[in-house]
Amino acid sequence: MPTGDSIIRVEDLAVGYDGQAILEHVSFDVRAGEVFVILGGSGSGKSTLLKHMIGLNPPIAGRVLIEGRDLAQASGDERRDILKGIGVMYQSGALFGSMTLSENVRLSLEEYTLLPPPAIDLIARMKLELVGLDQFSGHLPSEISGGMQKRAAIARAMALDPPILFLDEPSAGLDPITSAELDALIRRLQRSLGVTFVIVTHELASIYAIADRVIMLDKRTRGVVAEGDPRKLRDDSDNAYVRQFFRREATAEAA
Amino acid sequence: MATLAVSDTPDGHRLLAFAGRLDATSVPAIWDRAHRALAEMPGRPVTVDVADVDSCDGAGIALLVDLASHPRAAPVDVVRMRPAIATIYHQFDLTHLEHDLDPPAGRLPIVEEVGRATYSIGRDLAAMVTFVGSLTSALLYAFTHPRSVRWRDVWRICERTGADALPIVALISFLLGLILAFQSAVPMKRFGAEIFVADLLGLSVLRELGPLMTAILLAGRSGAAFAAEIGTMTVNQEVDALTTMGLDPVRFLVTPRIIAALLMTPLLTLFADLVALAGGALTMQTFSIPLVTFFKELDSAVDFTDFMAGFVKSFVFAFLIAAVGCLRGLQTGAGASAVGDSATRAVVSGIILLVIVDGIFAVAYFVLDI
Repeated sequence: MPTGDSIIRVEDLAVGYDGQAILEHVSFDVRAGEVFVILGGSGSGKSTLLKHMIGLNPPIAGRVLIEGRDLAQASGDERRDILKGIGVMYQSGALFGSMTLSENVRLSLEEYTLLPPPAIDLIARMKLELVGLDQFSGHLPSEISGGMQKRAAIARAMALDPPILFLDEPSAGLDPITSAELDALIRRLQRSLGVTFVIVTHELASIYAIADRVIMLDKRTRGVVAEGDPRKLRDDSDNAYVRQFFRREATAEAA
Repeated sequence: MATLAVSDTPDGHRLLAFAGRLDATSVPAIWDRAHRALAEMPGRPVTVDVADVDSCDGAGIALLVDLASHPRAAPVDVVRMRPAIATIYHQFDLTHLEHDLDPPAGRLPIVEEVGRATYSIGRDLAAMVTFVGSLTSALLYAFTHPRSVRWRDVWRICERTGADALPIVALISFLLGLILAFQSAVPMKRFGAEIFVADLLGLSVLRELGPLMTAILLAGRSGAAFAAEIGTMTVNQEVDALTTMGLDPVRFLVTPRIIAALLMTPLLTLFADLVALAGGALTMQTFSIPLVTFFKELDSAVDFTDFMAGFVKSFVFAFLIAAVGCLRGLQTGAGASAVGDSATRAVVSGIILLVIVDGIFAVAYFVLDI
């Protein structure tokens, strides 16, 4: 298991919307180069926590440090600089509908670099090839399948080679084969490029396949109930809810 | 079909015997009768016999559950259920169903209603102020860094906002000129003053109606389109994606639309003015006023200031409508109806703003003697 220094630090964060906290005192570290999975039942605040981490929701209390810098406090060039270091894949892909896949990937390259257009074009093609979509570069997002859109969204998120990628439910709504392919892609990117992944999911199969560490959220205790290696949690967690979460679905899978 | 037979047994039980198919079509006919049979004898234990019920759907089960969980002094027993029905029936926890009825949504007290409304208006105003601030900074940035503007988007939006609007603007303005001229020419003719229709038409179209009609069409076509486009992007998290890419949605989505509207609306207004006057001229032909006479009279009645009075307004209108359309788009909530709501709100707020600002212009021009 690759471990490194802390790259993201969440300190005593209260998670929620409009000042209404659904989780409190959330603290954890994401280490450089690992695949870190945020886990929890429906409505446990996983996606909301992710929104805080990528700066879409202002924190109600506490703070999130990305490579030592607080996104919520930053503005202007500093904010752009922090955001340059992260890539986000949204649940629906959130590709820009009026642009082709290639234009989607090129956008941040055009905005952030002074590379000549042929270079940008080539980089975009390479990113799309990395996710196996190079022959679709001229297609609009509406012309390709949902799984392809998610992969294209990963390519777009990687355009500037950020050291951290956030993925919101990468396998939701995908068939098992596509979902396994996506897991393999995540593993490959982590190994070859040393990318740190923060992934929100509740797909147990892919958690066992890719996660180095997980944290588990529970809305009843309004906080983190478990943290660590998913297999260890399944086998020896002292929390009944955690064991149940891992085993129940694990047994359902075996059946 | 389902039947219900009510009888009283010698040992003091009331017997409700159901037979046939208890489903959504047959249950309504016996629902009330079954409950009346229960209510008539509140002290008597009731046995509900369903041995002859062939099958049951959700409505049938609901009837049995409702009878069994009825709050009354003596117990209600459902007996002799077929296994297939029993499996469905026993899924439900009677005590749980009884207590867990949804409380009716009460009306809010008037004070709270007023408070909430005030709060939401305040929030809307705050959002507008914030938006105007970031919009101003984005537009200033666009001015000082013209290369940062996404001109490809600007031209695309110009085409849709401007060129594609020509037919409808032409139609409305032409009819406006035609009808306005006709309606005023008829009474004027009685005084032999129909030539002054040219004065009336020239002043009202150039100063007021040309810019206003164009702006209203812009609100309906482009304001709504801006809100819907940006709203859909908000719902699809595309706006979030822009934000986390470090690209300001205002600079990215709003600036091109405002620039396009500012470029196109004055041109459309000019076009609308001309077409409306042409419509008026055509009407006056039928009142035997030749074109030359009409335009000579027009030339003597209006001057360049009148034209500019309307033309300047069109810039302001364009800015307001485009900005409010984009703001409503960015404010889009979640859900399928949210985008529609945003488009509606864009048109309504746009037209309200138009009326207010047009009033301010009227007062200002009067005071300035323009």
